[in-house]
Amino acid sequence: MTFLELTGVQKRFGDVNAVEDFNLAAQRGEFVSFLGPSGCGKTTTLRMIAGFELPTRGAIVIDDVDVTHRPPNQRNVGMVFQSYALFPNMTVAGNIGFGLRVRKRPKAQIDKRVKELLALIHLEDRGNRFPYQLSGGQQQRVALARALAFEPQVLLLDEPLSALDAKIRIVLRKEIRTIQRQLGITTVYVTHDQEEALSLSDRVVVMSEGRIEQIGAPADIYNFPATPFVASFVGTLNLLAAKVIEGGEGRISVDGQEIRSAKPITDAHDGSTVTIALRPESIELGEGGGVNRLRGVVEDASFLGSIVRIRVHLPDSQTTLSLDTFNDPNLDPPAIDETVTLSFPREACLVIGSGPAPVVDVVAGA
Amino acid sequence: MTGPAIGSRAPGALESVATSAVTSDRPRRNWGSPWAWIIFLIGVLYFTVPLIATFIISMRAKPLFAAYTNSFADPRFFSSLIYSFVIGLITVVLSIALIVPTAYWVRLRAPRLRPFVEFITLLPFVIPPVVLVFGLIRAYSRPPLPFTNTDIGSSALLVFAYIVLSLPYMYRSVDSGLRAIDIRTLTEAAQSMGAGWFTILVRIILPNLRVALLSGAFLSLAIVIGEFTMAVYLARPAFGPYLALLGANRTYEPAAVSLISFGVTWLAMIAIALIGRGSRTRIQVGGAH
Repeated sequence: MTFLELTGVQKRFGDVNAVEDFNLAAQRGEFVSFLGPSGCGKTTTLRMIAGFELPTRGAIVIDDVDVTHRPPNQRNVGMVFQSYALFPNMTVAGNIGFGLRVRKRPKAQIDKRVKELLALIHLEDRGNRFPYQLSGGQQQRVALARALAFEPQVLLLDEPLSALDAKIRIVLRKEIRTIQRQLGITTVYVTHDQEEALSLSDRVVVMSEGRIEQIGAPADIYNFPATPFVASFVGTLNLLAAKVIEGGEGRISVDGQEIRSAKPITDAHDGSTVTIALRPESIELGEGGGVNRLRGVVEDASFLGSIVRIRVHLPDSQTTLSLDTFNDPNLDPPAIDETVTLSFPREACLVIGSGPAPVVDVVAGA
Repeated sequence: MTGPAIGSRAPGALESVATSAVTSDRPRRNWGSPWAWIIFLIGVLYFTVPLIATFIISMRAKPLFAAYTNSFADPRFFSSLIYSFVIGLITVVLSIALIVPTAYWVRLRAPRLRPFVEFITLLPFVIPPVVLVFGLIRAYSRPPLPFTNTDIGSSALLVFAYIVLSLPYMYRSVDSGLRAIDIRTLTEAAQSMGAGWFTILVRIILPNLRVALLSGAFLSLAIVIGEFTMAVYLARPAFGPYLALLGANRTYEPAAVSLISFGVTWLAMIAIALIGRGSRTRIQVGGAH
């Protein structure tokens, strides 16, 4: 059953369309992430759910109640901010209990709830500290507890881990997911970090220039990107220009060498150019990786710890492909300028749009 | 003297044994440029000479400290001081009630109006108090708002005039206090937890402006306590007119009263410094956990 629903939501700032035709139906207890680059409209959409921005058009419904025009203090939505936004004049316990004091709950009930939440965020002994006496990670945990204390219907997190260092981000990421699962609260998480979005979410909404590019489970977003933007933004990807030989059979040619896709190509006619995407991890050096083969010259091999990233140049089309192999201490990486064969299965070959590849000779994405 | 000199090596360290015979190059204390000291001394003299001179004049009265005992013995001294203090406190409370929500709203919702509001708050520097008080008397000495017809009305008018007079100081203090905190995010955080505007102002904004409000309040209070023009034209028994009257009729007592009011001012400043030192409005110590 849909719990949080955004229908045809649009937001204009003057002449700029910040968000356009945004539609989302989140289930109760679902964890949805908005993923996209800066300025794609993800935070604006979150702020519209919180009530800090009024949509120019469209409706926002929480648990069958239209809250589009409700002020933020009447929505029962908890929010965690990137800058923590803890009240500097209040202790940790004071911050956590603020929402309950505003609701005029009895003191005993507030104290009990504050204790529960301090235990939930593992800061039982820090209730009397002030925010400036805590580290960044601790402050963000308090901000999370504060947003959960009054049992909101929806929890919104606006890039909550961006200001923290890498190690703490990973620890806190796990904590957020554990707590969210424990409480079963419907959560919307805004991030520009694809790893965060993919590892945390039940579903990811990829956004670009105010529009939804794709909504799907993390694995679907990663493995089956719907648009060239999603393919380039999520994960590391090779984007190649290919010529359709026989679309119905999935026959295409890259660099003058024929390969096949698993699915027939229906939206491009024979002889036209399409963009195909290949994940580096699905390509194998040698002939054991699948039925598709491409020959090229090794341009570079970079040692990245557990994996070795090899760049192979396809001379005829002036295209460079990137592939990842596990680091094997007993095997030497291929030599520069060595001619090699690359192989990959049909399923790895994703046709993601007609027309030439937006980026044809580099590995796109992060 | 027992403790090691600053910069000496730890006892027992091998290098210290080896170098102890040649450690004559103690770090020289840097006393700064002589010019800096000359300017500092000129500054000190500029502020202290008038005080010392005033003190010397106040001590010429016989017997010793007579100027001070006479001042304290005069009932008008305390009554005028208390009157000005009470008027000052009311001014401060009303100024805060007027300026904090205004400055908060301008920063939060109408940043484009900021130059305009700043200009308005600077007007008391442009319009002389005598012009302001005559304008007030002309406007409020006749119906429908005949404030000057009663003592309470005149005192209320004085408070309103002082609110205008303290605008530049109070607004600037509050505005710089608001600049130091992220009011937009704090407001949104409080709103998301169900707080309305009044709760946000009283529980979040005001407590975080404590030091800024104290500075503004102190400046306003200092101005009000010493103010002469408005109080005299509104015929109020304030401290400023009392001091002027004393100066016209007595020889040594005005010097004593000036020093007493100077001492009261310093005590207030020390109180602010002490309260401010205990401030808990720091935002972030830094460093992730």
